[in-house]
Amino acid sequence: MNNTLALTPTLREKLNQICANYPVQRAALLPALHLIQETYGFITLEAEREVAEYFSIPLADVREVMTFYTLFHSKPAGACHIQICRTLSCDLRGAQKLISHLQEKLGIQSGETSADQKFSLSVVECLGACEIAPMAKVGKEFIGPLTIEKLDEMVESCSQ
Amino acid sequence: MTQKLISRFFEPPYAITLEHYSYEAAKKAFVQMRPQAIEAEVKKSNLRGLGGAGFNCAMKWSFVPRNTGKPIYLVVNADEGEPGTFKDKYILTYAPHLLIEGIMIAAFAVGIHKAYVYIRGEYEQPFLNLKCAVEEAYQNGFLGKNILGTQFDLDVVIHRGAGAYICGEETGLLESLEGKKGYPRLKPPFPAIVGLFGCPTVINNVETLSYLPFIIQNGGEWFAALGTEKNGGMRLFSVSGHVERPGVYELPLGIPLRKIIFEYAGGVCGGRKLKAVVPGGLSAAILTADEIDVKMDFDSLRAAGTMGGSGGIIVLDETTCMVEALQVTMRFYAHESCGQCSPCREGTGWIYRILNRIVSHHGRLEDIKNLTDIGMFLGGTTICALADGAQMTFLSYLKKFRREFEAFIQNKEMACQH
Repeated sequence: MNNTLALTPTLREKLNQICANYPVQRAALLPALHLIQETYGFITLEAEREVAEYFSIPLADVREVMTFYTLFHSKPAGACHIQICRTLSCDLRGAQKLISHLQEKLGIQSGETSADQKFSLSVVECLGACEIAPMAKVGKEFIGPLTIEKLDEMVESCSQ
Repeated sequence: MTQKLISRFFEPPYAITLEHYSYEAAKKAFVQMRPQAIEAEVKKSNLRGLGGAGFNCAMKWSFVPRNTGKPIYLVVNADEGEPGTFKDKYILTYAPHLLIEGIMIAAFAVGIHKAYVYIRGEYEQPFLNLKCAVEEAYQNGFLGKNILGTQFDLDVVIHRGAGAYICGEETGLLESLEGKKGYPRLKPPFPAIVGLFGCPTVINNVETLSYLPFIIQNGGEWFAALGTEKNGGMRLFSVSGHVERPGVYELPLGIPLRKIIFEYAGGVCGGRKLKAVVPGGLSAAILTADEIDVKMDFDSLRAAGTMGGSGGIIVLDETTCMVEALQVTMRFYAHESCGQCSPCREGTGWIYRILNRIVSHHGRLEDIKNLTDIGMFLGGTTICALADGAQMTFLSYLKKFRREFEAFIQNKEMACQH
């Protein structure tokens, strides 16, 4: 995204269409950030500036929204983003052991990305899939019930 | 086995495409019924809000002023986030057309022409299924202009959240939908009067709306008779934790908790003994194994000192360490407190830090008194109910399992059985 605009004419056009869904333009701020993140994988400070300009709001307002919500990232995530749940239903089913195992196997802590850019790990609160506890979200998919073996298999298949 | 309403669509052929769904209830409502007649049926049904608060649905609609000259909005709360709850995900994934039909009926009854579905950001497949269903509904004249030839217009916009538990709180949701961080609003004014974009707004949960087609088809009295006196119909219970068959079970309101756990969810894992149950999402006061004959309707659960909440049932077996379970529970609130009100922002974090100390075997006996004191000021002092929920579950653990906390602190060598 260096030196080029994040909000390309195509994205700008898409954003104009999204804004038409709302009587107040500002309501399209979350959709705008989703759009940029889906396109580039993360949201740079430069992109935030462009968004602020598009909506005619202070950069601080965009920053505030960016940092309030957990799904917006200002750094690129690894090719495989594992979000593993630690809330009660998963905890009761052994999530803590799985989390420790994953941290050790990948050599990273929650919020970090592996040096080879292959994996990012996020230890998260309830994802709404307690029926398959202990569970994780890998990419867009919910997977579970997890075991150490299943986690290892998943990591293997993502490594290739 | 009781009958299935919503959950009949959780198995093939589902209600994902119009090939398997025909909007009969919406046709009946739009063509044969007047809006007042729909409201009257919903009133007779005793349908209550199934997102968590259990507020009477018809009464909620009745608070909305109809002639202010401003548009009225429908906001569908699909920001399912109460831990232990996953039933709305099933509706969004497998029966999006049922939800759209419920939206149509509510909109027609109240005179609404624009609905926003605020769906939790992590629900990507459910979002895609709903998006396809909305497009299909537009293409087939169930949404858009002049629906079913009645000159009634309705637009549905799907709006994705971005990861914040607090946005399930209805005014936090409105703030988020307006493009801001999800700080809950002071009430009054209530959203029914001043809601989205300053206009009158109905906010209903996914499941609540999804029962409307059945009420239209079979009548409010029929629905009411399925449940208890003041809490009509059925609801989707999400069951997880130490049970043999976790999952979503659609059962009549008022069914005993014992029956859900032992008859439907297959009992406690490995035949172990039951220790405790969270009956209505993480924020509900915990029940001991002796208290599970309670009936699972909103009023009975309230009388038992807990709440029906979101219908999320989390089962804890005899091997569970309650100190650790509470630590995990309070970590959630500390993480999700939005930070707007001091008692919640400071209180949840403070509690979590003390529990951490206890779990790492550095607890002091006075910690229990301190925890109780902090817990007491959590409730009733904040803008929204997050702190009230945190307080409810927190104090219930301390009260019902106090001896376990004392033993844990006194016998520092004693780890809970695992």
